[in-house]
Amino acid sequence: MTEIRWHGRGGLGAFTAARLLGAAVSLHEGKYALAFPSFGPERRGAPVFAYTRIDSKPITDRSEVVECDCAVVLDDTLFGDPVKSGLKPGATVIINTTKQAKDFPVDGVQVVTVDATGLALEILGRPITNVPLLGALAAATGITAVQSIEAAIDDQLAPKIREKNKILLNKTYQLVKEAL
Amino acid sequence: MSGKLFVSGDEAVALAVRQAKPHVIAAYPITPQTIVVERLSDFVEDGSLESQYLYVESEHSAMCACLGASAIGARAFTATSSQGLLYMVEGLHYASGSRFPIVMMNANRSLAAPWSIYNDQRDSLSELECGWIQLYAENAQEAYDTILQAYRIAEDPAVMLPVMVNLDGFVLTHTYELIQMAEQEKVDAYIPYRNFCNKLDLEKPKATCITAGPPYNMEFRYQQHQATLRAAETIRAADREFNEHFGRSYGGLLETYRCEDADAVLVTLGSVAGTARCVVDAYREAGKKVGLLKIRCMRPFPAEETAAALKGAKAVGVLEKDVSFGFEGVVHTNVNSALKEWNVTVPTANYVGGLGGRSISKADIAGIFDGLLSGSLNASETAFVNLRRDICGA
Amino acid sequence: MERPKADLSYVVEALPLGPAFETGQLHDVSSGMRTFRPVIDTEKCVKCLRCFLVCPDGAIDKSGETLEIDYDYCKGCGVCRRACKPGAISMVKEAEV
Repeated sequence: MTEIRWHGRGGLGAFTAARLLGAAVSLHEGKYALAFPSFGPERRGAPVFAYTRIDSKPITDRSEVVECDCAVVLDDTLFGDPVKSGLKPGATVIINTTKQAKDFPVDGVQVVTVDATGLALEILGRPITNVPLLGALAAATGITAVQSIEAAIDDQLAPKIREKNKILLNKTYQLVKEAL
Repeated sequence: MSGKLFVSGDEAVALAVRQAKPHVIAAYPITPQTIVVERLSDFVEDGSLESQYLYVESEHSAMCACLGASAIGARAFTATSSQGLLYMVEGLHYASGSRFPIVMMNANRSLAAPWSIYNDQRDSLSELECGWIQLYAENAQEAYDTILQAYRIAEDPAVMLPVMVNLDGFVLTHTYELIQMAEQEKVDAYIPYRNFCNKLDLEKPKATCITAGPPYNMEFRYQQHQATLRAAETIRAADREFNEHFGRSYGGLLETYRCEDADAVLVTLGSVAGTARCVVDAYREAGKKVGLLKIRCMRPFPAEETAAALKGAKAVGVLEKDVSFGFEGVVHTNVNSALKEWNVTVPTANYVGGLGGRSISKADIAGIFDGLLSGSLNASETAFVNLRRDICGA
Repeated sequence: MERPKADLSYVVEALPLGPAFETGQLHDVSSGMRTFRPVIDTEKCVKCLRCFLVCPDGAIDKSGETLEIDYDYCKGCGVCRRACKPGAISMVKEAEV
């Protein structure tokens, strides 16, 4: 079982990212997934979590995610204990930032940084970073394929924002792949 | 509208209700049920569901609108949760007593006070006596399938009782997962609308919800009790027929998972049964004989099947998200009564967990199994799982 | 007069499914408590239907040419006489009718 934890702020789209990833692997890769937010009320701007569980067989485990294979951080000011704890050995941490990986020291894990906000502003004209971070996730971990995320974008997002998001997805994927 | 979708439990319910084509939907939004009624009102708005959607001002009115609709033979649906369920309690008894086959989704949520929007099952389990058939789903697919089965059960002429389909709040209602949709033609064939045998008729007028004093009241109650008992066979039949139509089945009133030759069996209901499966698998792999009994239907209660399933066990644990203050969890009471009734002697222990959204982890369930396997059960005390003893004087 | 009559021999042989009964099942008459009965003078009656509206037992029938009182269910309360503006209703002691 592969478990991904998303760190965002209410309104940043962390749960949409968790859901898109779940849709990508379950509808387009023949796997099974659960995608769920940290339950309860959400205040815009407050730190929130979202989770995606992925497996090759149906997932019955409904308990909280304790340790994850990958943590994705939508806002680098969220970097801290909640990001650094609950990581499996050899996990990947992906951070949306203009800084370098060395600025985010975590023992025993791979840290990947990407300026998702800059890329989103350049291509979408809005700082919506969930899709580029999915591209970074695909490049850094191979948990899913870019084609599956594209298909999920077609299934799940509004028609008028699909094409630009797919361009943004591919560009981020390439950038992260080259940087690794 | 067939194929696979990646949806939440709430959305799965709304999609199933659309396919069941209720004539009337009356509901009041409440977390964590809200998405169900939002989607249904969208479907009515976009024309994909032809139904009378009533925007009522309260849950009490929602249930009353369903009573009126059902009285004239209309297929009705409502959905609620927690405080909303309590607010419609008067109507719940009217529905079951009047034998109106209303289907309701309930998002299991804690009851105030203290106020909480998170999951437990104190809302529906406190309403076991309201005369509704109560079904509990483990995952989004079962929720979708159970809504369709609910109409098959409720409207059976031998039953004619309302059915409550329970989903754990957030854990099920807000978790997205894969579901397989049913083809509309198959749904139409599985739950064709037929005139209700007790509906009001302009040609042959009737008075409904009449007074019944001492000479007749007990007889109505006896009939209602017999119908609810009879519903057990209909629930099994509905599940068998569902399997024939759609290739999925859930064991009727309960499901046993690796219970054969099990020394320790955990009895539970709802989504936590899924987590328990993982622990059972891990323990079986380690050579420990444990099993799971998932109760799918709390009313009618599958007493004989429960006793039969637990007959060979050396210890039984009942894990439930409720407590009847001053005694124990009500599921434990029901299980023990069933065992006694069918002359099965096995030590049982009660575990109350997950109140107000407290997580129940695999380690918590493993701990329960370890206790059951150790042979040193403390059956007299209800254990609170994962309790923060340091702050509550325990 | 087209009104259902009490079936004094009625016995419930089988309860319906749920408490819903066909209308018109009157098990008893209530005329026994009446001491004075209202009598309508059809010459004075203007069919304003005030009596019809106020009768607590719905015992006044307006289906015919003139208003009629269903004496099976009239309890003799006299509310109709009080409501009758033209004074068309008089209360007559039962034994003297």
